[in-house]
Amino acid sequence: MATSTMPRGWRLAGRYTLLIVLTIVVLFPIWVMLVGALKPGNKVLQDPLLPTHVTFDTLREAWRDGNLGRALVNSTIVALIVTVAQVVTAVLSAYAFAFLRFPGRTFVFGVFLATLLVPFEATVVVNRSTVQDLGWLNSYQGLAVPFLATAFGTFLVRQVFLTLPKDLREAARMDGLGHLGFLREVAVPLARPTLGALALFGFLSTWNQYLWPTTISTDDDWNTVQSGLRALAQAQIDKPNLVIAGTVIVALPIFVILLVFQRQLVRGLTAGAVKG
Amino acid sequence: MTRDAASRRRWRDAPLALAMLAPSLIVLGAFVLYPLARAFWLGHQRCDPTGANCRSNGWDQYLDVFRSEEFQQAFGVTFRFAVLTVPVGLALGVGLAVLADKQLRGMGFFRTVFSSTVATSVAVASLMWFFLLNPSVGVLADWIGGVAKNPGLLQDEDTALWAVAISSIWANLGFTFIVVTAGLQSIPADLYESAYVDGASGWMRFTNVTLPMLGPTLLFAGVVLTSRAFQSYGEFDLLTGGGPNGSTTSLTYLVYGNNSIIKNNSGLQAAVAVLLFAVLLVLSLAQIRGVERRVHYGN
Amino acid sequence: MSYCAPVAAVRLTSLTKTFDGVMAVDGVSLDIADHDFMILLGPSGCGKSTLLRMIAGLEDPTSGDVAIGDVRVNDVEPKERDVAMVFQSYALYPHKTVQANIEFPLKVRGVAKMERAEEARRAAATLGLTEFLDRKPGQLSGGQRQRVALARAIVRRPAVFCMDEPLSNLDAKLRGETRAELVALHARLASTFVYVTHDQVEAMTMGTHVAVMSRGRLEQVGTPQEVYARPASVFVAQFIGTPPMNVLPVGVVLDRNVLVGIRPEHLELDPSSTVRTTVTLVEHLGHETLVHARLGDTSVVVRLDAIEAAPSVGDDVGLTFPEQHLHLFDPETTRRVDG
Repeated sequence: MATSTMPRGWRLAGRYTLLIVLTIVVLFPIWVMLVGALKPGNKVLQDPLLPTHVTFDTLREAWRDGNLGRALVNSTIVALIVTVAQVVTAVLSAYAFAFLRFPGRTFVFGVFLATLLVPFEATVVVNRSTVQDLGWLNSYQGLAVPFLATAFGTFLVRQVFLTLPKDLREAARMDGLGHLGFLREVAVPLARPTLGALALFGFLSTWNQYLWPTTISTDDDWNTVQSGLRALAQAQIDKPNLVIAGTVIVALPIFVILLVFQRQLVRGLTAGAVKG
Repeated sequence: MTRDAASRRRWRDAPLALAMLAPSLIVLGAFVLYPLARAFWLGHQRCDPTGANCRSNGWDQYLDVFRSEEFQQAFGVTFRFAVLTVPVGLALGVGLAVLADKQLRGMGFFRTVFSSTVATSVAVASLMWFFLLNPSVGVLADWIGGVAKNPGLLQDEDTALWAVAISSIWANLGFTFIVVTAGLQSIPADLYESAYVDGASGWMRFTNVTLPMLGPTLLFAGVVLTSRAFQSYGEFDLLTGGGPNGSTTSLTYLVYGNNSIIKNNSGLQAAVAVLLFAVLLVLSLAQIRGVERRVHYGN
Repeated sequence: MSYCAPVAAVRLTSLTKTFDGVMAVDGVSLDIADHDFMILLGPSGCGKSTLLRMIAGLEDPTSGDVAIGDVRVNDVEPKERDVAMVFQSYALYPHKTVQANIEFPLKVRGVAKMERAEEARRAAATLGLTEFLDRKPGQLSGGQRQRVALARAIVRRPAVFCMDEPLSNLDAKLRGETRAELVALHARLASTFVYVTHDQVEAMTMGTHVAVMSRGRLEQVGTPQEVYARPASVFVAQFIGTPPMNVLPVGVVLDRNVLVGIRPEHLELDPSSTVRTTVTLVEHLGHETLVHARLGDTSVVVRLDAIEAAPSVGDDVGLTFPEQHLHLFDPETTRRVDG
C-alpha cells in the first residue's frame, strides 16, 4: 500500500533513478572494455574507468596480431552464405508442407520436428570427422554447409504460409499461376517480415558461433571472428588490453547491425514465444 | 479410371515436393540425423587410451560413462550452472522489462540499453568479464579484493562457477529482456485497468495480472535459457578452461575441451555427447508437457 | 483474346463429387446457355459452391463431365479453361496495388506491359476504380475491394465468369446497388455468368435462369418467374418467397391425396368462409402486414396490404384459397403433381 500513497512525482523519480542505476550496471562491462581498448598497454592499470591516454595503437595492434581483418571477411562471407541459404531452404520446405499434398507429408514433417530436439553440441564429434573426410577443414564449405538448412526456419515460415487465405492460392490458380509462380509472386512477398526476422536471426547465430569454428578452423587464415578472438586471447594471455581491443573490434559490427535492425530482431527472438 | 485419376492426384505434387524438400532433407540428414545415429554407434565402442583401435564390445560403455566420476561431476557442474543462471536471469529480465514498460519519456533509450547484451557473442561477453575479473588488471577484482585478488574469482575452486554464471547471466540478459518485453506488450491494457478499478496496488497488479499473463512467455524464455545453459561451452573454454580442478568442467567441456581427459577418445566423447542429448531430450519433453498444460492458462 | 470462339455454353453431365465419402454434389446435369446469367441457389451446404468450383477447375469431379463450349475440360487446368472467378473474400493480393491486382492475370499470360496497363485501366474505368489504381487493397472499403475483384475477372474477358457469393460481405444498401451493376455488366460483356448465392433476392433480381439445389441435387431449373410461379417441389416452394409458401398436410382443404401449397399473398380473409382459423400473431411491417393463424394442427401465414384492416390476436377469421393459386405436391416425393 505504501507505493500507492506515495506522491506520483516521487514514484516517477524513483523509477528513473532505478533505471539509471541499472543502465550503469548493464553497461559497466562494455564501458570498461572500451576504456581498456583505448589505452596503451603500459597504462592499463591507470584510471581503468576513465578514457585517459586515448590511443588507437592497441586496437591497431590487436587487428594485426589477431589477423582480425581476415577473420571479419571470413565471418561475413560465411554468415551471408548461411543466411541466404537458410531463408531459401526454409521457404522451399515450408511451401511443400503448407501447400503441397504428397504421400508421407506428416511423417516427413515429424522428421523435421525431431531434428529440433537434437542439440548441435551433441553432433559436433561426428560432424567434425564428416567435414574432415570431405576435405573441408579450413574452408568456407566446412564453416557454412552444416547450417544451410534449419527446421526452425521451416516451421517459422510454414506458420506464416498457413495463415495465407486458401482463396488467395485459388485466385492465383485462376489467374494462371503454378506453384512456383505463386511462391514467387504471392507467398514470399507476403512472408517478407518473417523472412527478414529469420535472416537476421540466422546471420546473428552464425556470426556468434563458437564451438564449430574453433573445432574445424585449425589454420589462422580460416578463423571467424569468434575463433580468431579465441586465438588472440590464448596467444596474448599476458596482454589483457590487447585482447580486450580485439573484443571491441569483433563486437562493434554486430552492435551496429542490431541497432539498425532492432525490430526484426525482436520479431525473430519472440517467434517461438508467440506460439506459447 | 476414377481410381487412376485419384492416385494421379495424390502423387501429382510429389515430384515438386521432393525437389523443394531435398535441400533441407540433405542438410538435416547429413548434419543432424546421421551424426546423432553415428554418435550413438560410436559411443558403445571402446578405444584404447590413445584413441585408436576402437572396437565394439557390448553396449555397457554407456553405463560405465554414466557411472563414472568424471561424468557425474560434469553433470553436477552443468546442472548447478543452469540453476545458478536461469532463475536469476529470468527474474532480472522480468524486473528490467517491467521497469521499462511504461510509456514514459526516455523508455526507448532504456530499452535499447537493456537489449544491448544480445549483440555480444559468447566470446565477446566472456573476454569482457575475463578482463573485469582478471586479478592483475581487473576493476572488479580490485574492488572486491580478497579471493578476487588472490588467486582470482576464476582461479578459485569455490567461486569459479559463480563467476562464469555471472558472465552468462549478463550475456543472456538482452535476450530475456526482449522476449519478456514483447510478452508484456501482448497483455491487454483493459486487464490492468480493471485491476486498477478494483483497487489493486501496483504489487498486486504485478502478481495477479502481469505474472500469470506472462506464464507462456516465461516458460518459453526458461526453455531457451535452460537449454542454452546445458549447451554452454565458450564461457568455460575462455574463462576457466574447465578448471580449477574440474570445478567448471561442464558436459560440453568434457567432450570438446582442450584440457579434457577424454580429448582423444572418440568413443567416450560420443558416449558423453549422446548422454548430453538424452538429458536435453528429457528436459525438452518435460517442457513441452509444461507448455501444453500452461497454454489455456495464458489465454 | 480468348483461346476459343466465344461460345461459352457450359454443360454438366451427371456430375458427382464426394469428399471422403460424403456426397457434396450428386449426379447433377445442367445446361447453361451461352451468355446466360445462371444462378445456383440453395442453402449452405447444398453443393452449389462445389459445383461452381468444378466448373472453375478448382475441384476435380469424382465422376461425370464438365464441358465448356463443347470441349470436355475435366482434365484442363483452371487457367486453360478461360474461366474467371470472383471469391466471396475477394482474394485480392494484399501486397499489390489495385492496378497490379487487375493486370495480374494478363501479366501471368505474358501480355506486354503497355497493353496490360491499358486493359487494366479500361476495366478499372468500367467499375469506377480509376482514382484508386495506386492504392493497396487494405486502403479500400469492402465495396471497392469487391469491384477490384470484378475488374480482375473482367480484364481477361473470360468465356465464363464464376462468382461465389460475391455480395455477402457487403452491407444491405451496397448490395442492392451492386446487384444492378452486375446485371448491367452482364449485358455489356459477352461472357456467361455462373453465380452462387443463398439469397433468393439476388437470384430473382439478377438471374436469367435459376438452378435451385438441395443436398447435392438439382431441384429445379428455370427462369426466376418460373421457379416462383410453378415451383417443382415443396423445397423450392418454401425456399423462394418471403414469407415462404404455406404447405398444408394432406386432406385439410381438399379431399385429394396431395400436399397443398399457397403463397401468403394469395390467401384471402373472408368472414363467410367455412375454413375457420385463430389468429396467433400479427406483424406490422409497414408496407405489408403478416397474419399468423392456427388452422387445425398447422399454422398458416396470410399477407395483407398495409391498407387492409388487420385482425387482432385471438380473433376467429375465415380464409379462402383461390383455386388458381394452389400448388399441389405428391406427399411421397414432394414433387409437383399438377403438371
